[in-house]
Amino acid sequence: MEVDVLKRVPVREQDPKVRAANFQEVCLGYNLEEAMAEATRCLKCKNARCITGCPVNIDIPGFIKEVEAGNIETAYGVISEYSALPAVCGRVCPQESQCESKCVRGVKGEAVSIGKLERFVADWARENNVIPKAADEKNGKKVAVIGSGPAGLTCAGDLAKKGYDVTIFEALHEAGGVLSYGIPEFRLPKNTVVATEVENVKKLGVKIETNVVIGKATTIEELMKEEGFDAVFIGSGAGLPKFMGIPGENANGVFSANEYLTRSNLMKAFDENYATPIIGGKKVAVVGGGNVAMDAARTALRLGAEVHIVYRRSEEELPARVEEVHHAKEEGIVFDLLCNPTEILVDENGHVSGMKIVKMELGEPDESGRRRPIVIPGSEYVLDVDTVIMSLGTSPNPLISSTTEGLDVNKWKCIVANEENGATTKEGVYAGGDAVTGAATVILAMGAGKAAAAGIDEYLS
Amino acid sequence: MYKIVKKETLANNIYLMDIEAPRVAKHCYPGQFVIVKMDEKGERIPLTVCDYDREAGTVTIVFQVVGASTQLMAEYKEGDAFRDFVGPLGCKSELIDEAPEELKKKNILFVAGGVGTAPVYPQVKWMKEQGYDVDCIIGARNKDLIILEEQMKKVAANTYVCTDDGSYGFHGNVNDQIKDLVNNQGKKYDLVVAIGPVIMMKFVSLLTKELGIKTIVSMNPIMVDGTGMCGACRLTVGGEVKFACVDGPEFDGHLVDFDESMKRQQMYKTEEGRAMLKLKEGATHSNGGCGCGGNK
Repeated sequence: MEVDVLKRVPVREQDPKVRAANFQEVCLGYNLEEAMAEATRCLKCKNARCITGCPVNIDIPGFIKEVEAGNIETAYGVISEYSALPAVCGRVCPQESQCESKCVRGVKGEAVSIGKLERFVADWARENNVIPKAADEKNGKKVAVIGSGPAGLTCAGDLAKKGYDVTIFEALHEAGGVLSYGIPEFRLPKNTVVATEVENVKKLGVKIETNVVIGKATTIEELMKEEGFDAVFIGSGAGLPKFMGIPGENANGVFSANEYLTRSNLMKAFDENYATPIIGGKKVAVVGGGNVAMDAARTALRLGAEVHIVYRRSEEELPARVEEVHHAKEEGIVFDLLCNPTEILVDENGHVSGMKIVKMELGEPDESGRRRPIVIPGSEYVLDVDTVIMSLGTSPNPLISSTTEGLDVNKWKCIVANEENGATTKEGVYAGGDAVTGAATVILAMGAGKAAAAGIDEYLS
Repeated sequence: MYKIVKKETLANNIYLMDIEAPRVAKHCYPGQFVIVKMDEKGERIPLTVCDYDREAGTVTIVFQVVGASTQLMAEYKEGDAFRDFVGPLGCKSELIDEAPEELKKKNILFVAGGVGTAPVYPQVKWMKEQGYDVDCIIGARNKDLIILEEQMKKVAANTYVCTDDGSYGFHGNVNDQIKDLVNNQGKKYDLVVAIGPVIMMKFVSLLTKELGIKTIVSMNPIMVDGTGMCGACRLTVGGEVKFACVDGPEFDGHLVDFDESMKRQQMYKTEEGRAMLKLKEGATHSNGGCGCGGNK
């Protein structure tokens, strides 16, 4: 296979017109030949800057070298030393702003496609039944992990490898956290990718107890005093949806992105063999510009709707990954930028009949460094929609912090934890991920889970 | 899996089940609810706790067949098991944490409508166990829909049964019964706890507002996760948006926007109808034009 060193080996994707009507994965990934070809582009830098761009510091040139040589199982071994969820990260990490942004190849030409190579290795390992190695000996110490999302799975996996007896408590009926309820099938297949990564963590000896809401079915205090856990890691995420507080927001046909995505992803409402209903809508407005907004918009599109993203700043400020915006546009999502809703119009049956919007322009930068959107007087218009999905971000659920004495939270209800080792203000209790930072990314949560696992190990040694 | 250790038919289409769920049984209180998911493909169905046995590790639920999912649930037998059973969710009833000296001073009337008798029962029982006498009205459309009457009589000081059609007990709806007690029988109440259909809770709240009696209602909106994550269960209470799953399910009846809640309950009616049709007619429902999927 010929390789232009300045250009990436292109990755195959489903045709936009075809995929707009199905829930199968958009990106098809590399095959062995493509992966080995792309791997030749890596310069194998001695002081590899890409590693510093990775929140879990994967030895990137180390695994790519093995891919180039065709030793995929060895490459998987290298990645597994650092990450418990490579098939997930290869798909959903914002590589363009992390490892790939530091790639020397990217100075002149395109950065090495590190994410796609990671994904290839992880998928190959799954297809070839490569199983991660469990600890040789148990050390007899018990750790409880709250939440089975990226932070919890990583923390649990790392501790199990060190010989701890780990139990994950999950509030929902499936493990995976945001990987199960939040990220859609067409970006992250559940039955293959997520289920296998969860299974791999179990194979390390981790037990997962679903349907346990900590703070309700039991408390951290009880886990430590009555059930004999020596330490606890809280990775309960940021699950509370925000609404705008505009008139009409409680109308039928207005959903939080969390609700819409949970119905489709966790409850599989898109599949008619599942009992949970979802309202597809004919014309849908998704308010917000993050990755979750893109996921909600592309889900509504696949359910048959015409979809508008309504975002109050310009394209440059869209918080979503460039790749997601690109995919959304390819599929036919309309972007109504510099637009802000002021009211949702409601018909006599209580259903959404439209959304009042004002146009915005950008003023001076605000405290976030982004230019502040300002209303253009007299610019109000009505967007004719029957469904509105609010995707304005999420905040941590206070269920655990409010039922755990001595666990401090900040003014955003985020748990206060040491960044280095995850230690909270309560002895033996560690935390990481969105529960600490507020809504962020899968890989940052994994990084925090990893740091906390090391912190817990030190505390219990 | 969560085993069904007991199943009883309370009335036509109303069933009681004891479910083995030790963690829930150990921590639940009157006023809280659970979510049941029957199998892999099922919905998450919220149901208020009707009773619990901490030692046996069981939780009692009562449900009425109202759609395809509850129809399937009714087909489960003793010894079968549900795939998922999570709880306790929501806040316990305010009464549980109220100071005994305050509770002692209060005359409390519980108003139970139809299958809403199930969530009222544990509250009345709890009051009895703590040594407080309370009154309870059980109302339903007709005699066949009255449930848990014998059980309630054992724990309430006075139990008043009324039916809309007069087929049993007092002839009239629960409001007629409340008026009769207050206006004709000289009863004085400081607090009403009303649980039943939203329309009933609305009209009870309107009446008690007139009568000047504080009223607590238990809302049962559409939910998905039940932990505060999705906001499907939001409602307006005193002009503020609340999530029934974490802020409730019990609220001040004089502050709830019942009309909005009733509209929100209708949201998936068409979808529910389709699901019921598919369940009832199955493969015979061969015309795919309606989109219910019964032809597949």
